[in-house]
Amino acid sequence: MRHAFSVRIGPVGFRIGSDWRAPIAVLDTLYRDYPKPHDDIPDFTVRLFARRPWRRFVRPSVEIGGDFMLPEAAPLPLRQGLLAAEMAMNLQMALGARRHLLLHASAVERDGRALLMTGISGAGKSTLATLLAANGWRFMGDEFALLDTATGLIHAFPRLISLKNEAIAAAEAAWPDARMGPLLRATPKGDIRHMVPDARAIATMDTPATPALLLFPRYGFDAETRPVPPAEAFVRMTQASTNYVALGEAGFRALTGLIADVPCIAIDYPDGASAIEQVEALWAAL
Amino acid sequence: MHQTIFHGPPENGLFVAPLDEFTAVYHRASGITHLLTEPAPQILAMLGKGALSLDALLDRLARDYDLTDGTREALAARLDELIESGLIESGLIESEPVERT
Amino acid sequence: MGRAVTDARLLADALADPASVVGLDADGWTTLLAMARAEQLIGTLAMRVEGLPLPNAVRAILADARAAAEHGRRAALWEAEMARRALSAVDCPVILLKGTAFVAAGLSAGQGRSIGDLDILVPRASIDKVEAALLAAGWEWVKPDPYDDAYYRRWMHELPPLIHRERDRMIDVHHTILPLTARITPDADALIAGSVVLENGLRTLCPNGMLVHAAAHLFADGDLAGGMRNLWDIRCLVEEFGIDGLQTEAKHHGLSREVTRSLRLVDAVFGAGKATGIDGLYIRRITARDGWGRPIRPLTRLAFYVRSHWLRMPPAMLVRHLWTKWRKL
Repeated sequence: MRHAFSVRIGPVGFRIGSDWRAPIAVLDTLYRDYPKPHDDIPDFTVRLFARRPWRRFVRPSVEIGGDFMLPEAAPLPLRQGLLAAEMAMNLQMALGARRHLLLHASAVERDGRALLMTGISGAGKSTLATLLAANGWRFMGDEFALLDTATGLIHAFPRLISLKNEAIAAAEAAWPDARMGPLLRATPKGDIRHMVPDARAIATMDTPATPALLLFPRYGFDAETRPVPPAEAFVRMTQASTNYVALGEAGFRALTGLIADVPCIAIDYPDGASAIEQVEALWAAL
Repeated sequence: MHQTIFHGPPENGLFVAPLDEFTAVYHRASGITHLLTEPAPQILAMLGKGALSLDALLDRLARDYDLTDGTREALAARLDELIESGLIESGLIESEPVERT
Repeated sequence: MGRAVTDARLLADALADPASVVGLDADGWTTLLAMARAEQLIGTLAMRVEGLPLPNAVRAILADARAAAEHGRRAALWEAEMARRALSAVDCPVILLKGTAFVAAGLSAGQGRSIGDLDILVPRASIDKVEAALLAAGWEWVKPDPYDDAYYRRWMHELPPLIHRERDRMIDVHHTILPLTARITPDADALIAGSVVLENGLRTLCPNGMLVHAAAHLFADGDLAGGMRNLWDIRCLVEEFGIDGLQTEAKHHGLSREVTRSLRLVDAVFGAGKATGIDGLYIRRITARDGWGRPIRPLTRLAFYVRSHWLRMPPAMLVRHLWTKWRKL
């Protein structure tokens, strides 16, 4: 392919090919401090391509392809090429990753222990992770946390943080010096802006952590915390994991082990400041 | 005369993780994870030691476990659910011993 | 980047001669892995190169591929088992086909193989009972389109596709190995009569039957997408069972030409044989994959796609069928 880029994020290496220079240029800039794939051999290949040769120039729209593909995925306009690349990387992970159990959760670390936050889009896991990282926690990832089925440790996967709508302003306020990608208006999920994780997150991406607390956050409610019963937590986590089934026995052992070892707590929070307070209190009580 | 007996996976054919009133059960032959409530895990534990008829199963469950839902009809319904999920199978055997000459 | 044409010959060579991968550099490995994934052959590649000195990154990727193949194998065998249970009351032979058959019988063709849906062959006379038993056991129709349904039932060699409600896995129930509209009509009864029973009561075709089926599938049914994997199946079957009596079996089913061609192509793609004439065109199609995993050679692919429909149906029907499908777009 005409233009290519490669990067390693935590244990996973990607190669991205593109029919256009622009998305590659943006990726090169934002991921400039990240390492390259181990042995220069990526784990996954992603392709950003034009469906027909003339669509490279006329109403250019980016189709997503790669080792693992969804035939019904809709293309994006070229100006949202960065979003296409990030979605394509997510797709490779969701459909193809099997070295770790993928948890749809954000993760931050302190003193070698990991705090996991899981929930549907909009529950606030990206924003919370960003705010906590601004308060001294080490950022491990906002989209996927990788659970090593052999060791039970959480491995960092610090991709560009995908901030949506109101979360953009909140993150910019917490991280005024952060490097940001372009503001992408009117994507299928609203306004999106990507933020580069801080230098510490990138430098320590290969250091795993022991999971210590699993939170199910809900934004926009009066502050409250309550335990989540183990079976409910287990079911929610299997639904939140795209490769639980594919991992078979190892996945079962790892997930039941996680639920057994780690307190599972639902927190409702009205705003970021309150959330941080609740989190710190729960952490201190461990 | 024929009798229906029920077969389940051997003991090492399942990984069992009690959670709360639910138990997560991983069925190795299928790779499917099931979430079960009593008496299903207990039924599987019994059948893991050998195939049993409905009455034998009812008897042993009453003896070894303190189960609340103890009627024959209720047990038959649970067994049907387990068959549909693929965890157990039913089969027919001769219930009279064969005459030896 | 060099200007040499990269195609899936690279993959074929690696499978045929695993030791040859030891010299690959990072770019070479990246290319090979992308092709292998695109051709559904990465599990097979992993099995072939196991034990050779490999870069760490490659070792990890191929270990994942082996684990994925093992998971797929277990899921496929479970689907076969559930079909067996559902059909136990129907008094007819149930014959596993393709990948599921290979793993159920422990054949070398099954090692590392990626397996899709469950394919079974049953006698045409039993098809209604089989359909009823599957529907009663939790399978349901995938497509509720009445035209497609009528077409399928009348002309195709299989029931319309069924998917299981809970497990979300598909089953294809065949009553012969080629569509009834194809110009070749294999003897389904003979294939069923010659089938081999497995320990659990399910069956597979006999080795020559599997070879004839694989050749039929490769040429007379499909447009050769997935052709390299099918060709590899044939290579494995020949290596395991030889070709004794194969020509006679092929002739009986009217598939002599296809079987002979498939053996020539195996030799040309994975062995030392040289392709001549039309064989060369087949090889171009089978190796039409680039280092990014993309299909290449669009005209060749189009030619084979049109041909595959032409083979399945007489021309008048082809026009009517495609017309009806296009009307709905």
